[in-house]
Amino acid sequence: MMPSSLLHTPLYDLHVAMGARMVEFAGWEMPIQFTGIIEEHHHTRTACSVFDVSHMGRLTLTGKDAGSLLDHLCTRNLKDAEIGRSYYSHVCREDGGILDDVIVSRFEEHWGVICNASNRNKIVAWIERHAAGKDARLRDDTQATAMVACQGPKTIELSKEFTEDDLSSLKRYHFRVRAAGPLRITVYRSGYTGEDGLEIVLPSVLVNVLAPKLFGTRERPHPVIKPAGLGARDTLRIEAAMPLYGHELSEEWDSLTAGQAWCVDLTKDFIGVEPMRKLAERGLPRKLIGLDLEGRRIARQHFAVFSGERKVGEVTSGTLSPTLGKSIAMSIVGTEYSDEGTALEVEVAGGKRTGAKVVALPFYKRPK
Amino acid sequence: MKAPVDRKYTETHEWFLVDDHGVVTMGITQYAADELTDITYVDLPEVGAKLNAGDAIGEVESVKATSEIFTAVGGKVVEVNTNLTDHPELINDDAFEEGWLAKIKADSVEQLSALMDAKEYKAFVRNAG
Repeated sequence: MMPSSLLHTPLYDLHVAMGARMVEFAGWEMPIQFTGIIEEHHHTRTACSVFDVSHMGRLTLTGKDAGSLLDHLCTRNLKDAEIGRSYYSHVCREDGGILDDVIVSRFEEHWGVICNASNRNKIVAWIERHAAGKDARLRDDTQATAMVACQGPKTIELSKEFTEDDLSSLKRYHFRVRAAGPLRITVYRSGYTGEDGLEIVLPSVLVNVLAPKLFGTRERPHPVIKPAGLGARDTLRIEAAMPLYGHELSEEWDSLTAGQAWCVDLTKDFIGVEPMRKLAERGLPRKLIGLDLEGRRIARQHFAVFSGERKVGEVTSGTLSPTLGKSIAMSIVGTEYSDEGTALEVEVAGGKRTGAKVVALPFYKRPK
Repeated sequence: MKAPVDRKYTETHEWFLVDDHGVVTMGITQYAADELTDITYVDLPEVGAKLNAGDAIGEVESVKATSEIFTAVGGKVVEVNTNLTDHPELINDDAFEEGWLAKIKADSVEQLSALMDAKEYKAFVRNAG
């Protein structure tokens, strides 16, 4: 039985009615799959899947200091952030340890922060602590809103069915706000699958209006758009080498070690910049790599990675890639073992070792 | 939930079916296959291997998890389902028929009498689930 204290998203009843298998995830009861992880994965790569991601934290910051506060907390430079754009960033501790990865969005009158469900309380407390004495107020909108991700190459074409807005002109990592009476719907061109797609945030009360357009009904499901669960979301993001908090990202290491230097601006001041500057100067002792494994065994988190008899790192995530048909993994290893083509071994279940080769990330890039 | 009445079940979700010659076919239940999600790899014992009751005979691995498979009967492995090597998804599709794992020439089928029947297994899953 599921613990009764688990949170439900506004789409919970719909998932259950559609036959989803529900699991506990970060305090929420979420669908892990509807028809099957691999089938949902392929459907996302070839057509359009809709994911309930309402468990993710949605925070609003207001006040004239909100922007400078976020710039101080985030690895990404937000000083020149444009209205209508979103910025992927990390939030780190003083020692550089990653507290969370977030999407910061600049609206006309406020800022939005989307954080991981598992880190919501931590991030709310962190922002509030640093907002003390400043003109910045935080509101947690997570349970007043829903968030759905429509992902796949047919998403933009299909969006004509649920909006009059021409979303083909919306650029990646940009968003638009649309009024529905007194309510607001925000549509982002972004996602966590490696495909083109949209992420839509709407007030919970509008879910019953939008859901039938996305899902159809149980009797008459949408012919193309199909629901997908957290299982496929994970295999999709691994192929696209998108990091997941608790796997590639951790308080135990910094954004550079996690292979996310692209979202770190070492020329500006932010919490955690000093240790990262030192690391960048001296060279990283370890870093994130991709691995192609021999055979069909899956390398899971914490599996040891060897070079000969020497343990050189651990797997952070792995799966049998449905798109590539082979076993892939991400791992943090000593930098001397990180060159492409380096032959390593991974200790899989049962203590057996399987050969692995360092490869470039991502494993999968969508065709342009 | 599906659980054919012609076989016996363990609390670790294996099924066992005895034929007239004392050969026991075993596999995992549809419930177990569904819980594992898409199965991607199956490690099977070698034909000729001698097993004791309670031995791990191999592993079933899915996108989400890896699970050891145990035999409730001792004996000699006489056949394994080699179709699973290239098509492990057969277990998800049809765990009780096409997705069987191994056939064991049992030393004694008596060991199976202590296992659950279909009705007991269904009740077990209902209470444990």
